Amino acid sequence: MEVDKKEETASDSSEQVVNPWEVSAKDGGKIDYDKLIDQFGCQRLDESLIDRVHRLTSRQPHVFLRRGVFFAHRDFNEVLDEYERGDKFYLYTGRGPSSEALHLGHLIPFMFTKYLQEAFKVPLVIQLTDDEKCMWKNLSVEESQRLARENAKDIIACGFDVTKTFIFSDFDYVGGAFYKNMVKVAKCVTLNKAMGIFGFSGEDHIGKLSFPPVQAVPSFPSSFPHLFPGNDKLRCLIPCAIDQDPYFRMTRDVAPRLGYSKPALIESSFFPALQAKNGKMSASDPNSAIYVTDTAKDIKNKINRYAFSGGQDSIEKHREIGANLEVDIPVKYLSFFLEDDTELEHIKKEYGEGRMLTGEVKKRLTEVLTEMVERHRMARAAVTDEMVDAFMAVRPLPTMFE
Amino acid sequence: MGFSKDQLLSQLQELEIDYSKYEHPPVLTVEEQAKYVSSSEGALSKNLFFKDKKHRYYIISAMVDTKVDMKVLSQRLGLGKGGIRMAPEEALAELLQVSLGCVTPFAVVNESARDVSLLLDQKFKNQTRCIFHPLSNNVSISLSTSGLDKFLQSVGRDPVYVDLEANPVVGKDQPPDLAVYVPFNSVVIPELPNNTPSAQASPPKNVSAEKTKPVASPKPSKSPGNVKSVVQNSGLSVFKNPEKFVEEILDKTSELLFSEVKGENVEALAETLRKRLTSEFTHLAVMYKNTAYSEGFYAGTQCQPKRP
Repeated sequence: MEVDKKEETASDSSEQVVNPWEVSAKDGGKIDYDKLIDQFGCQRLDESLIDRVHRLTSRQPHVFLRRGVFFAHRDFNEVLDEYERGDKFYLYTGRGPSSEALHLGHLIPFMFTKYLQEAFKVPLVIQLTDDEKCMWKNLSVEESQRLARENAKDIIACGFDVTKTFIFSDFDYVGGAFYKNMVKVAKCVTLNKAMGIFGFSGEDHIGKLSFPPVQAVPSFPSSFPHLFPGNDKLRCLIPCAIDQDPYFRMTRDVAPRLGYSKPALIESSFFPALQAKNGKMSASDPNSAIYVTDTAKDIKNKINRYAFSGGQDSIEKHREIGANLEVDIPVKYLSFFLEDDTELEHIKKEYGEGRMLTGEVKKRLTEVLTEMVERHRMARAAVTDEMVDAFMAVRPLPTMFE
Repeated sequence: MGFSKDQLLSQLQELEIDYSKYEHPPVLTVEEQAKYVSSSEGALSKNLFFKDKKHRYYIISAMVDTKVDMKVLSQRLGLGKGGIRMAPEEALAELLQVSLGCVTPFAVVNESARDVSLLLDQKFKNQTRCIFHPLSNNVSISLSTSGLDKFLQSVGRDPVYVDLEANPVVGKDQPPDLAVYVPFNSVVIPELPNNTPSAQASPPKNVSAEKTKPVASPKPSKSPGNVKSVVQNSGLSVFKNPEKFVEEILDKTSELLFSEVKGENVEALAETLRKRLTSEFTHLAVMYKNTAYSEGFYAGTQCQPKRP
């Protein structure tokens, strides 16, 4: 059922572009997620699946599920079927450490993965693709390794349990069983296919061409003999942003040919930039994002000055027509991070009908984000180099399913 | 899932129990319910779902203005002063098979609730009719206590009416008067998907005689096959598992709160504390665990081999 569609090339700006290296909407508008699901061939995550998660985990589903942030999947229902029968799975997610500055958009998959780890009581592997960034961003090997360790600290600060989590960097870990799987995967993907999936051309260096297997093989438990010895049938669930889908389409295509289970995916939409234009928050434009290093003052300023408002130009007009919730960034951000469903509904209603003003919504958002960033900063400060070493040590995790 | 509202209502009809039905938008609180069902139809009830430290559960169904003091109740049940608290949302779904805002005496019709103790307000007996949710919070029904009793007996329950506002002395020579209503069995809410709820096989104390239960509730969807033993040394898991650790801390905090602070709002305060602090504390506990592990791990790398 996997269809290998040719990706639109980056120069074709009249169509939306979504791939691991570029995300942009059609004609500078909004990303059409329905079209994306259609084009990629994945499934929508519907209410019934969310209810099922609620029942299986005996706790309220994560706010990102309730609000449709994680909205698409491949085979998640199968993973749940197997879980119900007592067959567990492991989680795999990752980060391309291209910069030291992490913004809220970067934290989203990690916040969600942490919830999955706690709710389902399953282990997690986190891949830091320092090699990828070295190749694509033209960083030195040392710099990309350093960034990987720095980013690991922010990731750890999200609250992962060290007894159930293995973090690794490609430069450190590639080799052994992992490399054997990489070669097996590479043998199954022709140059033409790779060019079709990833948009490579004759001008790209061969490092890039050979990278995709690196991101593919963490989906196979045999890549981690110290974690899952003899457990080759263990299923893998990958929470990621939907722009990573091409890597895993390829992986799912190859898996059966290697006798492995296909990894399942659970995919998120993009966290919008503060100013709303473009497809997603970008680390290269500091005012498009709230960073985890921003002070309370920075956050307040950025929201007040740059957050695109759906409110009307004048108070009178606003009270008459209400805000345009479709384009309003503060409300969008609140829908990601405000836990309380009732309060969010209330804000949407009051703001949408003109009784609440943009200023109030922005104020509430500032509170929510400041609290979050503060909590992250405190946790980050507690992450020592020894802790990073512990998370990254190649060691067994005997209690990983408890 | 469990018994449905329609199944319940048809059961009432079959038993020839007279009731009046009121449909309305879903309501989560008594205040909301009161907007749609006037007090001329009967006495509204407030329904509380409690759990004690040994994982035994209680439904308390009372008149709205009956004062339910959790501290007193806990003592009368023989559980000490801070022995009970509001049951978590999961228990609602797992044991009573109803949604939030829908606790009702009728929930005992479900197999899963067989070990839940039901205590009814004595003051209901002075009312011509009382109002409860029939397993769904977009419907309310009013019926007489004799009707309710008849229903309860049909599912093998002895209706228990208690003066909820009494505050008898509990001491050496005055045993707790409600201790007899503490369930015989504790209930483990499944954490792994393949646990079955009840611990023991012996029948609960408050079932008088073996009556044929009405339509058997559907088998739980979780199969008991390849069960991994979950009965760990519970003392150990409190220190291994950040969430259990935090629950232990909050339990002790609530207990102290109940014993030190007087007043009606203590329960609400305790619940708010629990809700708001659980996630914060769990985050802190995870960091603490990670730090301890890392220190141990580092020490391990520096460890000298044992002398031969």
